[in-house]
Amino acid sequence: MIDTDVVERVLASALAHGADFAEIYAEDKRSTSAGYDDGRVEQLTSGRDRGAGIRVIAGERTGFAHTADLSADGLLHAAGVAAVAAGKGSGASASAFGAPSASSDRAVLIPDAIGKARKVALLARADEAARAAGSEIVQVSAGYGDSRKHVLVANTDGVLATDTQTRVLFRVSTVASGDSGMQTGYESFGRTSGFEAFDQIDVADMAAIAAQRAITKLGARPTPSGSMPVVIAKGTGGVLFHEACGHGLEADHIAKGASVYAGKVGELVASPLVTLVDDGTMGDEWGTLAIDDEGNPTRRNVLIEDGVLTDYMWDLLRARKDARRSSGNGRRQSYRHLPMVRMTNTFVLAGNDDPDDIIATTANGVYVKMLGGGSVNTATGDFVFGMTEAYLIENGRITEPLREGNLIGNGPQVLRDIDMLGDDFAMGSPGTCGKDGQGVPVGTGQPTLRVAALTVGGTAA
Amino acid sequence: MTDVRAGGDADLLASLASSVISRARPDEQVEAYVARGGETEVRVYKGDVEHFVSAQSEGIGIRVIVDGRTGFAYAGTLAADAIEEVLAEARDNVAYGTVDEHAALAIPDGVAVTPQALWSDDLAELATEDKIELAKELERLTVAGDPRIRIDDANYADGWSITATATSTGVDTTSRENGCYVTVSALADEGDETQSGYGYSVGRRPDEIDLDKAATLAVERATRLLGATKPPSGRVDIVLDPMVTASFLSLIGGTLSGEAVVKGRSLFRERIGDQIAAPGMTLVDDPTNPEAYTASETDGEGLATRRNVLVADGTLQQFCHSTYSARRAGATPTGNGVRGGFAGTPGAGAIALSLAPGDLDQEALIAMVDDGVLIQSVTGLHSGVNSVSGDFSAGASGLLVKGGTLAGPVREFTIASTLQRMLLDVAAIGSDIDWLPSNAAGMSLVIRDVTVSGT
Repeated sequence: MIDTDVVERVLASALAHGADFAEIYAEDKRSTSAGYDDGRVEQLTSGRDRGAGIRVIAGERTGFAHTADLSADGLLHAAGVAAVAAGKGSGASASAFGAPSASSDRAVLIPDAIGKARKVALLARADEAARAAGSEIVQVSAGYGDSRKHVLVANTDGVLATDTQTRVLFRVSTVASGDSGMQTGYESFGRTSGFEAFDQIDVADMAAIAAQRAITKLGARPTPSGSMPVVIAKGTGGVLFHEACGHGLEADHIAKGASVYAGKVGELVASPLVTLVDDGTMGDEWGTLAIDDEGNPTRRNVLIEDGVLTDYMWDLLRARKDARRSSGNGRRQSYRHLPMVRMTNTFVLAGNDDPDDIIATTANGVYVKMLGGGSVNTATGDFVFGMTEAYLIENGRITEPLREGNLIGNGPQVLRDIDMLGDDFAMGSPGTCGKDGQGVPVGTGQPTLRVAALTVGGTAA
Repeated sequence: MTDVRAGGDADLLASLASSVISRARPDEQVEAYVARGGETEVRVYKGDVEHFVSAQSEGIGIRVIVDGRTGFAYAGTLAADAIEEVLAEARDNVAYGTVDEHAALAIPDGVAVTPQALWSDDLAELATEDKIELAKELERLTVAGDPRIRIDDANYADGWSITATATSTGVDTTSRENGCYVTVSALADEGDETQSGYGYSVGRRPDEIDLDKAATLAVERATRLLGATKPPSGRVDIVLDPMVTASFLSLIGGTLSGEAVVKGRSLFRERIGDQIAAPGMTLVDDPTNPEAYTASETDGEGLATRRNVLVADGTLQQFCHSTYSARRAGATPTGNGVRGGFAGTPGAGAIALSLAPGDLDQEALIAMVDDGVLIQSVTGLHSGVNSVSGDFSAGASGLLVKGGTLAGPVREFTIASTLQRMLLDVAAIGSDIDWLPSNAAGMSLVIRDVTVSGT
């Protein structure tokens, strides 16, 4: 993308004002998306994004500028702007690059080489399958997306890395209509992979699931309110950990004392059943990447082991300040954004309980089959997450479907209140994690589990 | 990249857009949307700059419609070869669209643009040191507000954008605007407990930034939650703080999108002329109001924006239409094409919503409530509100209201109802209108009979 001698010149010029560190992150991304709605292919969109972000650090100050102009002149101009913004530090010179770490792109069927008609055909197939699921289905929308991004990261610590990241995504949304009004259903699938991911799933099956979700909810009763046991199905509940503690374990929040987990390494912060891992190396999962957006190889990081907090997640900036290694968690939305500490694939390892027993031993409560998004205030630990498919548990049995609502809890309390953990495990739907206005793809996963008490935010007494 | 701070190159963008549409073939409708923008962000922590971001971007999106089929492509650059590729890709994509007889680009409809002062030279010329000083001063004022306060971050940010929209159907408009804001995130500590509070101030010009207001908001919102407990569950009246009302109105705006209506996803389709809100509620979308943060002269399709009364005295009047949704609904476009940037095509939606304010301030509204909660902030609107079914459930924090006065702080609870019921259950609208950095203005609002779920 950029010649190595140009990279060297740009980094040297970024240090010319006396800064301590400089970095180039360049990307060239092509994407395709197609939307199907209301029985029609609305449009096919082709996108191209190409540019570089230059970060310069001097003392405590970071300067950042970006440009869509990847010529030497464009990069040198941006480096100058970033260097002035960062100001003078103690001064440094660039280290020689180590052996360039080029990562392997595992994509087999490169999306750009697949005919557009084949992509669009997936959408029509999903639409047909959703509508065939029942006469209650009155609207279907489906989306296909792919992207392939070439990345180059180089910095004055001697890092020079390139990577190619390929992702595919498919989603189906349905609307069912009945006497009780309208209800919605959703299902999605995403992989860090080429088009071959669609050999793993049939979009018609996804569509049928999304349709059934909406139809089931037509008969849903008002969701209860108050504190009660909540059982969460495998795969879908990873977002609970993402919010309840994942964000609070990001070293930038820790450094500012804006996390309830600050100063707690070595302490019991969760039920001893809980072992929490963040792993950016995990197969073709949605949050997988070979190198993070600061050029460091991703890793499998154990954050909580048997309930004890073992470590936080680190990016380059926070790791530099603490004189330790980055954990490979420096990520950014695009070349227009500064990297920060972010999760990759975050999941809880399986436990020993039979999932059926978990329900059978719950006298009364809520069974959540599918969670939606969530959010957290890391300073207080209070977090919410939505249930998009849930049922009442009565006398140890799953009974009636419930309307949508949020659950609310406090991270440290909920982690302690996990009292059963299934021996099953699944990764969940592809997610986009938002932080400081930036979205990055993340994966989550967990076994079936029970929280002894969570506040369910419905309208029924 | 050319430095366009002086802003003279709206003409340059317009000529780029014109040159694209001049190449439309006889059977094609072609739209070119060209944008340039930039932003500065300064984050200060403990008296020092933590980061300084200077960012500029540009791009083009081209939409081509042939015989009812639509194709679209974009690129994040205005390089000539890229524009060539975008036009070719958009044309190629046309073949894969389904015929839709209503697909069409905007046609100038004779509505004149309401001229507005959306560009400030003072802001465009503001020196870097002054921007840094604003963020530092905000941090100082916030810390000085209360001994229990420390800072998570204090920020100054500004942005500018210049756009040109041209279509082969006769649209040819440009826009140029800039604005700035400050935000501060404060933490209040007492014993082992920490609470957080957020403050902000927005302006078109730097002198409209009110640092005291931002600092006071953050300090008050963080400190007054100290000692918060979980409230008991039950049905009570709630008073929404202006920031929360703005979020609520944005959700309502979503249900009034003409696109949601024609695709059968709106709660309120086929309800024009019905009482959908409490008497006294008048909801207006008016991007020509210069006080609105999202004020604009033209919409995302290049039509003049206009004042649209969506709900009058509780009765649904009309929806927010783009060219497409209006054609399909058999209605007139209302200048409500909304577009997120050059990478997407316009949808239909509200741009600058506001309720007609009432006569009472927040204190007077609280005095109307015997047993309830003042909702200071909500979370999880994206996960707990379904704008198709109307189910509403949100995490909340705030202060109990007992006998018409504020009592103790509460947190970690939810409020739940449905959007339909909440509109009908609005009992009073405050006079405290505040134009937030959002597509809706805020003011205090009393809503009866909402379920609180706590202990």
